[in-house]
Amino acid sequence: MFVSEGTILHADLDAFYASVEQRDDPRLRGRPVIVGGGVVLAASYEAKAAGVRTAMGGRAARRLCPDAIVVEPRMSAYTRASRAVFEVFRQTTPEVEGLSIDEAFLDVSGLRRIAGPPSEIAAGLRREVRERVGLPITVGVARTKFLAKVASGVAKPDGLLVVPTEKELQFLHPLPVERLWGVGPVTAAKLRDRRIFTVGQLAGLGEATLVSLLGQGAGRHLDALAHNRDPRSVQTGRRRGSMGAQRALGRGPRTPAALDAMLAGLVDRVARRMRAAGRTGRTMVLRMRFTDFTRATRSHTLARATSHTQTLLDAARRLLATALPMIEERGITLIGISVGNLDDRYVQPALPFAEQDGVALDAAVDAVRDRFGSAAITRGVLVGHGQGLEMPMLPD
Amino acid sequence: MKFRVERDALADAVAWTAKSLPSRPSVPVLAGVMLRVSDGSLEVSGFDYEVSSQVTVEIQGDADGAALVSGRLLAEITKALPGKPVDIAAVGAHLELVCGSARFTLPTMPVEDYPSLPAMPASAGTIDAAAFATAVAQVAIAAGRDETLPMMTGVRVELSGSNIALLATDRYRLAMRELEWRPEDPEISLNALVPARTLNDTAKTLGPLGGDVTMALAHGGAGEGMIGFSAGTRRTTSRLLDGANYPPVRSLFPASHNAEARVSVPALVEVVRRVALVAERTTPVLLSFGPDGLVVEAGGSEEARASEAMEATFSGEPLTIGFNPQYLIDGLQNLLAPTAVLSFVDAFKPAVISPAADDGEIVSGYRYLIMPIRVTR
Repeated sequence: MFVSEGTILHADLDAFYASVEQRDDPRLRGRPVIVGGGVVLAASYEAKAAGVRTAMGGRAARRLCPDAIVVEPRMSAYTRASRAVFEVFRQTTPEVEGLSIDEAFLDVSGLRRIAGPPSEIAAGLRREVRERVGLPITVGVARTKFLAKVASGVAKPDGLLVVPTEKELQFLHPLPVERLWGVGPVTAAKLRDRRIFTVGQLAGLGEATLVSLLGQGAGRHLDALAHNRDPRSVQTGRRRGSMGAQRALGRGPRTPAALDAMLAGLVDRVARRMRAAGRTGRTMVLRMRFTDFTRATRSHTLARATSHTQTLLDAARRLLATALPMIEERGITLIGISVGNLDDRYVQPALPFAEQDGVALDAAVDAVRDRFGSAAITRGVLVGHGQGLEMPMLPD
Repeated sequence: MKFRVERDALADAVAWTAKSLPSRPSVPVLAGVMLRVSDGSLEVSGFDYEVSSQVTVEIQGDADGAALVSGRLLAEITKALPGKPVDIAAVGAHLELVCGSARFTLPTMPVEDYPSLPAMPASAGTIDAAAFATAVAQVAIAAGRDETLPMMTGVRVELSGSNIALLATDRYRLAMRELEWRPEDPEISLNALVPARTLNDTAKTLGPLGGDVTMALAHGGAGEGMIGFSAGTRRTTSRLLDGANYPPVRSLFPASHNAEARVSVPALVEVVRRVALVAERTTPVLLSFGPDGLVVEAGGSEEARASEAMEATFSGEPLTIGFNPQYLIDGLQNLLAPTAVLSFVDAFKPAVISPAADDGEIVSGYRYLIMPIRVTR
């Protein structure tokens, strides 16, 4: 039994936002809970049982589950809970790769002698999170990251599933193809046309057939996954390659001035995060989603990396200006920016020009927001507009 | 139009005008050079609405007239011609060029579509061509190349009586050169922001011709927003950049310093070059000054590292300061002096590099300001 367990854990909090709400309000326990009045941000397992799904419209969700209790999101509570859970992760093993606020890979190889086999470590982890943070968490244990994630998906909610190394394919092959990373509705439909329903059937096709069916990238990727070939190791301390923020908009026309104000709010938010993390970026990307659900991005790379709000905003504004005709024509439902090409080690500061500098302004605004909260100081154009929800995320 | 011209004179003239032509012209005629013959001389001109250049060449003219041909093509052809007199004639919609036994026929573009070149502004004064070329090159190195910050891509020319100051900065380093010139109006007080690339190209081509360069700068009225340079048979004009909000950069030079080092320029350039081999694009070289001299280091704890000690005389508290290696080398090489004096306030404030003679005495006229990179160790 010694070598039969993989050492990679995939730990995933169950219905994270909804679980935090149920933890903090006893009246919600055991009842269907929907977080988010408009779009569903999260649904408790009781609500999921009625068919409620994340990102569903609020009205549709209430129709499916009329007894659901709808609560407003409390992002700061989720951030606190996430920090506490990651603290447990890091006490379990230093090898933690956070995937998002409620999900991480842990590598527990090398801990056998001090903490026991991975299955025991995983059980202990679940107990700790339950006792110290009060939240249910599901853990999958396997030899590869991919299979650990599949295992936690199968074990949800509040479960633990260990895939022994000699039974990997036995576990994997009966699963539906949708369990594989990268198989969405389109790929699944293509495979269904070929009467491919399970991972085992997919594995039987062979790489060449898959490549001809799905293209080179996807074909190779799925063939590797179907045979549980996933050489990626748990990456700790990997720094973000980009930072971004986005905002969903309702349908209906938006004036260029309103879009410009939202853009300014997004840039403020991202630039502040970049400065807090000591990062600078060179590439500004503008993301848009249109009323027909198509998406487009526009990007501009600056000559130098910066975290200066005004410089980033100027770049974003130029992108928005070139995209306005497209927005006019297709209607915009989401606007987002991200700053990529992040440099982290050294920043060449600019000479201290008295006027057009603004670095001092950024620092002053950051200090006010750190002390009094994000809403304490805002741009004139954003007064009375609200910022949209600031989603909690992993520390940068 | 029909004329005979010396091969070298033609090749030089065409090469100079064609150099400023746009590679992707907004309208096709702007890719052309204009050849215009009148009164026994040939004017070769190019213009892209920003920069115009014109050379007058002596010829044996048979018939006056004008023709517009592709500048790039004519420049390549004239450069490759044998050393014999060149006969050029406009024949219908073509230009015939004969040199020795080589014969070329080029299509022409309609002369009447070509914009007229801007008039030269009134002369403001003259300056030694070679000294001007050197001064401009010393300063243009610090100008920005990021077109999204147009103001930083210019060299600020400050005319004040018989003194010219040239300043340029890309926000990370700043170069300033002051020199004498001969203004028409001894009370002149004018500022202009000239595109650094144009200014440097112009000064570089006029410098080796020797003699004086006439600088023409309008003060209100016709030619506003334009600067002109002429020397011998050449003249060029350039549109100015909007410098109304140019920051008060002179005030960036610290009023006093707390530490000062004297180092050999060629030795420091060589050491920085060598050590910087392990520095990635954004990583600084570290200069540690102390009573024993200078140690230059680069590289991180997990990457390749390099260090080298060298001689330096230093006064002040020991200091470690980081610089972008290229900015440092740019400054040192443009001192045009055997010794550099580096003055520091502290490791986070801009440092000044000044040229000094062999005896360590600072030579006035040029200063290079460089913003350090903060390094936490």
